[in-house]
Amino acid sequence: MEQVAIPRRKCFVLLLLVGLTACGHRNGPRAQTLRVRGSDTMLILAQAWAEAYGQMNRRVAVEVSGGGSGQGIAALLEGAIDIANCSRNLKPEEAAAAQAHTGKVPQEVIVGYDALAVFVHRDNPLEEISIAQLAEIYRVGGRLSRWSDLGVRIPAGRNRIVVVNRQSSSGTYEFFREHVLANRDFALGSLDMNGSKEVVDLIASTPGAIGYSGMAFATPVVKMLRVRRKSGDPAFAPTLANVLAHHYPISRSLLIYTLGEPRAMVGEYIHWLQSPTGQQIVADSGYVPVCSGKDLAPPCGAGTN
Amino acid sequence: MRRWHQLSEVAIEALIRLCGFSATIFVLGIFVFVCREAWPLWHNDAFHLSEFLFSIQWYPTSAVSKHYGVLAMIAGTFSVTLLAMTMAVPLGLGAAIYLGEFCPSRPREILKVLVEMLAAIPSVVWGFAGLTITSRLIVRYTSADVGVNLLNGALLLALMSLPIIVSLAEDALRAVPDEYREAALALGATRWQLTWRVLLPAARHGLVAAVLLGFGRAIGETMAVLMATGHAIHLPTSVFDPVRTLTANIAAELGEAPARTTHYQVLFLTGVLLFLVTFAVNLTAGLIIRRERRP
Amino acid sequence: MSRFAATPQTRTKLRQESAAAGLFLAMLLCLLLPLFAMIADLLWQAAPALNWQFLISSPTHGMRQGGVWPALVGTLYLVTLSLAVAAPMGVLAAVYLTEYARDTWYNRAINMAVLNLAGVPSIVHALFGLGAFVYAAQFGFSILSASLTLAIMTMPVIIASSRQALLSVPHSFREACWNLGASRWQTIRAIVLPNAVGGILTGIILQVSRAAGETAPIMFTGAVFYKAIAPGTLLPYSLDEQCMALSMHLYTLSTQTPGVDPSIPNATAVVLLALVFLVNAAAIVLRTLIRARGRR
Repeated sequence: MEQVAIPRRKCFVLLLLVGLTACGHRNGPRAQTLRVRGSDTMLILAQAWAEAYGQMNRRVAVEVSGGGSGQGIAALLEGAIDIANCSRNLKPEEAAAAQAHTGKVPQEVIVGYDALAVFVHRDNPLEEISIAQLAEIYRVGGRLSRWSDLGVRIPAGRNRIVVVNRQSSSGTYEFFREHVLANRDFALGSLDMNGSKEVVDLIASTPGAIGYSGMAFATPVVKMLRVRRKSGDPAFAPTLANVLAHHYPISRSLLIYTLGEPRAMVGEYIHWLQSPTGQQIVADSGYVPVCSGKDLAPPCGAGTN
Repeated sequence: MRRWHQLSEVAIEALIRLCGFSATIFVLGIFVFVCREAWPLWHNDAFHLSEFLFSIQWYPTSAVSKHYGVLAMIAGTFSVTLLAMTMAVPLGLGAAIYLGEFCPSRPREILKVLVEMLAAIPSVVWGFAGLTITSRLIVRYTSADVGVNLLNGALLLALMSLPIIVSLAEDALRAVPDEYREAALALGATRWQLTWRVLLPAARHGLVAAVLLGFGRAIGETMAVLMATGHAIHLPTSVFDPVRTLTANIAAELGEAPARTTHYQVLFLTGVLLFLVTFAVNLTAGLIIRRERRP
Repeated sequence: MSRFAATPQTRTKLRQESAAAGLFLAMLLCLLLPLFAMIADLLWQAAPALNWQFLISSPTHGMRQGGVWPALVGTLYLVTLSLAVAAPMGVLAAVYLTEYARDTWYNRAINMAVLNLAGVPSIVHALFGLGAFVYAAQFGFSILSASLTLAIMTMPVIIASSRQALLSVPHSFREACWNLGASRWQTIRAIVLPNAVGGILTGIILQVSRAAGETAPIMFTGAVFYKAIAPGTLLPYSLDEQCMALSMHLYTLSTQTPGVDPSIPNATAVVLLALVFLVNAAAIVLRTLIRARGRR
C-alpha cells in the first residue's frame, strides 16, 4: 500500500517560515518602529540619536537610512517613512507634490546647523579661497581648472584640479549649487561621490583634489580651507563659533521633515532631539547645536571651543 | 484509499503546473514591469530618445534646464567592460588550457575549487578592495591623478569575470572528443601543438560562448563599479580617467527620484537598455552553443 | 649515440612544450595571486577587530566600535526567507519544465528566457523590487520586500540548475518506472527526484551565497544603515520591519561612516567572505559526496 509522502524539504521550510514570523512576535512587547531616511550628512548624527534614544526608550526602535536628502524626501512623499532628514530646504515643487499626493503639508523642524567645509589634501599649500573662485572651479564653463591658476604648486607635480563633488541626491550638493553656484549647473566630469565620508577619503589620497562636505567629516589627514564671501572680506574657518556668529559664508540648517502633524511617538522623538540631551549629541557629533542668543549652558555657552 | 491517491496526484500535478507557470511569469514579469514603468516617456515632451542615447548632458535635477543624456555612461560601461575583457580573456583562456591539458589531476581539483571560490566573492567586497587597496596602488605607482578610475574598475571586473570564463572554457575544451587528442598525439604532436592547432579550433564555439558570458557578467556589475570607478560623467580619453557606468548611475540616483517622475522613468529606461544588452549577449552565447551541436 | 636518445628536433619540441606549460601556469597564477593578496590584506587589516565579541555584539559609538551581530542576523533572515520562497517554487518549476512540458516552441522559448534572465544585472532586480514590492504592492521598505526581491533574483538560476540535475537522470530510469505502471508524479517522486536531489541541493546552496552577498537589491527595498535591536535576541526582526545586512553594512561603513578604524570594515568584509566561503564549501563537499556515491 503506497503512502503519500509530503516532500520533507517543503515541510521543513514551511515550518521554518511560520516559526520565524511567530517567534518574532513572541519576544516580549514588540517595539514600535520609527523610520528615518535621508541626508548622508546627518547620517552619523541620526545614528547617534537612534542609539541613545533606543537605550533610553526601549519601546521604540529607530531605523536609520541614508541615501541623500533627495531620497528622504522621495520616500516621505510616498508615505513610506516617518521622518526625512534634510541638509537643505524643501523645494516649493516638492511641497506642492506632497500636498497633491497625500493632502498633507510637510512640517519642518530645525535640529542643528552645519558648516560646508572645503577640503584639500594635507600637503596642498592653499589656505584660503573665495566663493567666486569655488564657483569658477565647479560650474559649467568655469575658468579655473589648474592649481597654477590659483597660484599654488602641488608637491606631486600634478597641476590639474581634481574636482570632487557629491551625487545629485545629496542635500549638500543642492545647497552648494544654490549658494555657491547661484543655481547654475555643475560642470560635468567631476567625481561624484556617494557619501560625505567618501569625499574626504578621496581627497586624503589624491594630492590634487578639492571637495566639499559637512564639517563633521573632517579628519586629521585633510585640510579645511578658510572661505571668504567676496574678495576683500576676511576669510573664516569652519568652526562652531564662526557658524554661530554667522561669519562663515556657507553654513546651513539641518532639518527634519514630517508629513503633516507627527503622530505621538514621532512627536516625542522630535521633541527629544531638540532637548539639551539631543543637542549635546549634535555637538558631540561635530555639528553646531541650535542655540538661542541667551543660551549659556553647554553645548551652546561655556565649554564650547 | 485509491480515490485519495488519485485526488492527491491531481492536486500535486496542479501545484506543479501552477509553480511552473507562476515562476516563469514572475521571471518574465521583470522585463514587462521595467518596460511599463518607462513607457510614459514615449508621450513625454521633455524627453527625446535621441538626446538620451547620443548626448552626454546628464542634468536630471537641474534648476536651469533638465537634460537626460546617457552617452557618457554608455561609453563608461563599454570602456570598462572592454578593458576588463582584454585582460580577462587571454588570462582566462590560458588558465583554462593549463587546467585542462597541462595540469596533473590531483592539483587540478584543488585549483578548480580555488577558481570557484573566486567566483563566490560578493561584488561589494571587490568594491571595498577597489576603494581601499587598488586605488591607492594606482595613485602611487602610475601617473594617474586619481585612484578610482577606469583602470581600477577594469581590474576588478576582470577578476570578477575570470572564473566564469575559466570554468566555461575548461568545459568547452573538455567536451572536445578524445579521438581528436589521440589522433594528434599519434601524429607526434606536442601538447602545445595539440592545443593550438587542434583543441582551440575545435572548441571555438564553447570558447566564444564563455567569453560572451564573462562579458555579460562584467556589463551587469553594479556595486564594484559604483565604489571603484570614480563616478564622473565624461567620455574617457585615457585609462586613468574616472568614468560612470549605466549600472552605477541607476544605483546612485534610484532612491532619490520620486516615483513616476521623468527622472524615475529615465532610470527605468536605462534598466531596459541594460536588460536588452545582457539579454542579447546571453542569447548570442546560447545560439553559438546550439549551432555547435548541429554541425 | 643510443637509438632512443632525443634528436635535436625532439628537444626543441620538448622545450616548446614546457615553455607553453609555464606560460599557461603563469596565467593561472595571475588569476589566483590577486585573490590571495586581497584576502591576506583583508585579514591583516582586520586582525585587531576580529574576535568572538565582534560577531555577537551590536555596533556602538556611532558604528565606530562594536560588532556586526544585527547585520549578521539580518543577512540570515533575508537569505532564509528568500530561499524559502525561491527554492520550492524554482524546483517545482524545473520539474514542470522537464517532466511535464512538451517540446513545443513556446516551452523552448520559456526555457531560453529563464536561462537568460539568470544573467540580468542586479540593479535591474533592484528596480523591479522597488517598483513592484515597495510601491505597487504596498509592502513598503521591509524585510518582506527585500526577501521577495532576492527570491526573484535567485529563482532563474535555481530553475536552470535544477533542470540540469533532472535532465542528468537517465531516461531509462523513468521508462522502467512507467513500464511498471507508475504515474508521472509517482515516477518523479520515487525515482527522478531522489536521483537529482544532490544536484538540486548544490544549486540551491550556491544561490545562498549569492543572496548573502548581494547589496543592490536589498539597498532599495529593505536594508538600513542602522537599527538597534535588543541584545541577545535570536529572532529580533519581524517581516514588516527593515533590517541591517552584512553586505549593506560593509558598503555603508566604507562610504558613509567617518572616523572608523580601518579594522572594522575589513573585519566585516572578512565575516562576509567567511560566510560565503563556508556555504560554498558545503556545496562543494555535497557535490563530491554525490559524485563518489554515483560512481559506486
